[in-house]
Amino acid sequence: MNIGYYPGCALHGSSNDYEQSLRACLSALDVQLGEIKDWICCGATAAHSLNHKLSLALPARNLAVAERDGFKQLFAPCPLCSMQLLKVKRAVADERVRKELSEIVEADVRGESEVLNLIQLFENIGLERLKSAVKTPLESITAACYYGCLLTRPPDVVHFDDFEQPSSMESVVAALGAKTVEWNYKTECCGAGMTMSNEDIVLELAHKILSNAAEHGANCLVVACPMCHVNLDMKQAAVERRFGKKLGMVVYYLSDLVGLALGLSAEQLGINRHFVTKA
Amino acid sequence: MENQAVGQVASERLRVHFPDHIQVADCYQCGKCTAGCPVAIHMDVAPNQVVRLAQLGEWEKALRSRAIWECVGCQTCSTRCPKEVDCAGVMDALREASLARGMAAHERLPVVSFQEIFLENIRRNGRLNELELIGRFKMDVLVHTGRILFLFKDAGLAPKLGKRKKLHLSSGKASDRGVVDRIFERCSNGRKR
Amino acid sequence: MSRIGVFTCWCGENIARTVDVEEVAKRVAELPGVRCSLNYKYMCADPGQAIVRERIASEKLDGVVVASCSPHMHLKTFRNAAQAAGLNPYLVEMANIREQCSWVHHDRALATAKAIEIIHLAVEKVRNDAALKPIRVPVTRRALVIGGGVAGIQAALDIADAGHEVVMVEREPSIGGKMAGLSETFPTLDCSQCILTPRMVEVGQHPRIKLYSYSEVEKVEGFVGNFKITIRQKARYVDVSKCTGCGECWNICPLKRNPSEFDYGMGMRPAIYIPFPQAVPARPVIDKSVCAKLIRNGCGLCEKKCKAGALNFKDEDRLVEEAVGSVVVATGYKLYSIAKSQPKATLAGYGEYGYGKYKDVIDSLQFERLVSASGPTGGVLKRPSDGAIPKSVVFISCVGSRDNAKGLPYCSKICCMYTAKHTMLYKHKVHDGQAHVFYMDIRAGGKGYDEFVRRAIEQDGAQYYRGRVSKITQEGGKLVVRGADTLAGMPVTIEADLVVLAAAMRPADGIEELAQKLNIGTDEFGFLLESHPKLRPVETNTAGIFIAGACHSPKDIPESVAQASAAASKVQVMLAADELTREPEIAAINEQTCAACFTCVHTCPYHAIERAEVRTPRGAFIKNTARVNPGLCMGCGTCVSVCPSKSADLQGFTDQQVYAMVESLA
Repeated sequence: MNIGYYPGCALHGSSNDYEQSLRACLSALDVQLGEIKDWICCGATAAHSLNHKLSLALPARNLAVAERDGFKQLFAPCPLCSMQLLKVKRAVADERVRKELSEIVEADVRGESEVLNLIQLFENIGLERLKSAVKTPLESITAACYYGCLLTRPPDVVHFDDFEQPSSMESVVAALGAKTVEWNYKTECCGAGMTMSNEDIVLELAHKILSNAAEHGANCLVVACPMCHVNLDMKQAAVERRFGKKLGMVVYYLSDLVGLALGLSAEQLGINRHFVTKA
Repeated sequence: MENQAVGQVASERLRVHFPDHIQVADCYQCGKCTAGCPVAIHMDVAPNQVVRLAQLGEWEKALRSRAIWECVGCQTCSTRCPKEVDCAGVMDALREASLARGMAAHERLPVVSFQEIFLENIRRNGRLNELELIGRFKMDVLVHTGRILFLFKDAGLAPKLGKRKKLHLSSGKASDRGVVDRIFERCSNGRKR
Repeated sequence: MSRIGVFTCWCGENIARTVDVEEVAKRVAELPGVRCSLNYKYMCADPGQAIVRERIASEKLDGVVVASCSPHMHLKTFRNAAQAAGLNPYLVEMANIREQCSWVHHDRALATAKAIEIIHLAVEKVRNDAALKPIRVPVTRRALVIGGGVAGIQAALDIADAGHEVVMVEREPSIGGKMAGLSETFPTLDCSQCILTPRMVEVGQHPRIKLYSYSEVEKVEGFVGNFKITIRQKARYVDVSKCTGCGECWNICPLKRNPSEFDYGMGMRPAIYIPFPQAVPARPVIDKSVCAKLIRNGCGLCEKKCKAGALNFKDEDRLVEEAVGSVVVATGYKLYSIAKSQPKATLAGYGEYGYGKYKDVIDSLQFERLVSASGPTGGVLKRPSDGAIPKSVVFISCVGSRDNAKGLPYCSKICCMYTAKHTMLYKHKVHDGQAHVFYMDIRAGGKGYDEFVRRAIEQDGAQYYRGRVSKITQEGGKLVVRGADTLAGMPVTIEADLVVLAAAMRPADGIEELAQKLNIGTDEFGFLLESHPKLRPVETNTAGIFIAGACHSPKDIPESVAQASAAASKVQVMLAADELTREPEIAAINEQTCAACFTCVHTCPYHAIERAEVRTPRGAFIKNTARVNPGLCMGCGTCVSVCPSKSADLQGFTDQQVYAMVESLA
């Protein structure tokens, strides 16, 4: 299976453990990632906060380049990237907007390629296929699946899963032989890109998320977003200090769990590069 | 009466034009946005009140609020709004206008600087250069607030990141940065920091 | 040769100010066929009418034109005047020189000229008028009431007390509707069943009310005054003529734990059951989906216990026909289903409120059952999950209502009042409990209503927050409710033991199928459509069919009762005599020239045209023809426009008349 790949800035920056995990896990599943050449930043939070036109133009450029390179499917592991790409797809249904964006980005934006997040990628590969490829069922894992904001919202842009009570990630995790818990912070925000600029908010929200997962019996969290991972993993020590409690929750990327179930090691998947590595 | 007339003229000058899909008149102030907002308790003006200010044409108050910068963009408000008002989109538009009109208080809100520096960074590099971002951001906060300690905040993280091979002294750059610069230019309306 | 009288009215200054009425009367006298022409200040007043009658007699007029206001105003007045003078009333026409002339023009000369032309047209029409006779339709002087809730009960009693037989069809095993399940009613806090059950008994015992319970309307045929209704009596598996309602069967039934429909799932009932003790009729039914005897021929304990031998496991649905002249539809409402899965794609459900997921998140009707003295918990408010008495209850208004995103934009009218009532009932039962209400507005427009809500807040300590709720989650034994107060501009989080959602009112299930059978309209939400929102609130566009209660729109008990009596009075008008009189301006088909293509049969929007046969007196077949049913035709003219052989024509507006009018202007 050959698929277009748009890593985004985080995965080539401080969240490159996520990319390591993806590459290891997907190659074991025979999925070839065709990184699109010359991809640029999607604009992240800064663009949509400060410049509406730019927030459509930057992801539009990436969509156009992917389509130009012949990718019918484009995998974006960061939900902010994938959501922006989907926003462009919706916007260019209006021919006037499509023309304007194409002129701005100097490439033909057709908006035809399918955009996939990590969960959708695994669904594409097939849960039955995943199940049969499992070598080591993850019996010691009781995971709280954390979706964050942008995998399921805004629903009229991403059209993915039930935005109030999602369960797609749980289905993938269950196929790996692990247990999941029902908990109350599946789609509550972690503070997103405010890690540096408004740390207080991030610590407060991360504290609620990590605590609630533990209270509902989880021994780890699973995420499919690099920002969520940073706020819950890298910042976990700060949360523990701020709120005076031990949490010790390992935060896995979904691809980590898939890789482990396929028999790959923690080192291969980059799990040893997380900040919280043991409960 | 006179004051009101002057206020109205000044307010008209500040009027924010929302994208077509946003109809603030539709909002009937039910407060569901405020109810679901993860950071509403920290805001000086609650989310429903921000929309109310827009309805009343109180642009000065809206654009100078801290609330629009406390917003984390989680989209919960827009998703649950019974009148399908894109409240998150209202926040975006007010942020854009606030900065463009020089009404965002950088000294009170480091996040304003952060977003600006982020954009400059990707304009220059095509992709984000994290070290550069962190460095410039900390300097900016120092300049605006005089908080020297902020320079060293989280400094302990640097070696930890380095040990985990997450720090990149040179980051990958997009090969065609020219097109990025031109895209920015076309979207700029002549604005530059 | 025609002898037409033209009477031009000044209408005070309304016409005379713009139209030179004296000139008009003078010029119109010269039109062919006009015998006399005069003008007068107020034609509709007694003296004016007297003039018309006098001239008909003295000039032996065979046609009358009154040039004045719109026929909507006084056509009947002048037709009656003509009839009193011995002239066929359908030889009277109105020329509208007010709404269509003097009221919309300023130029006196042009307006006067136009008035003369309008009158000319009317004169031509009258010249070609036929002396039509009103149509008499025989009436079956019985009524059908569909629905046995408070509205249906009121309508049935009113009609039956007036001396007519009423057939009542109720879908549930007992009548009483939603009101029978309520605890207390606002604003008096009367016990609901206490005020309703006497009425229910009256219906059950009324000599002129024939009650078909556990039955539905299967088919409707016929037309106003002459409906043939087919009713499906569903199999009870109990012979009601033998059953005494002693209760031995439902006491002995071993399958006790089936969710009770009457309790909206808050309690259980056996497989053989009556929905509540005061049921009318007090006869049980068997739930065939769970009964062991019906499914696999096991058990049979009830049959053994029954001293009256009333069990009949071979029972089947029965179809019965009833002839009635008039129908009242009072099928009531149901609550919007709050859970995520919805019956229509346009409704989205409320995943954020956890209804269906958290046991202690219930809707308002379920709350009524929990506080009702005859409810599943004996009137003690025990929450569903663990039976604990809740010390903190959150009531949420407008769930499903006033919500464009989830698909129901309207207000359900009664929830503000019953929510205030709920807080009071709660306080009266749990003295140390605290009620919290999240609302958007308070709609309390009835008599004593606003005072009632204030009492809940000021005297019974209910805490009201102005704002919606974003999300409900469960932490331990508490429900965490995240709402807002927009008046204080802040989020408000309450930890509740129980949450009650005031769900929107929607029409009852099956309303669209029923409306189709009756040929009446529904709006986009399924509510039945009235003829005119202001002036005809209980009539429908199908003659003989009336509506009352919540099936028309969300409303409370006093309004339902009032509307039911209104519908009953309309029925009484219709059933007042053995015959109904209808205006004769309807279509007629020339059976000699009709080619029997039946295009008109297909296009008639009122299904008023039948296929018929022309036969000799001894019954030999001559030809096929289309034939208009004079009881159903509304005179819309569609058949006239589609008939290829020009056999269909409209009485009072014939092709000849219209051409005569048009050509008179050329």
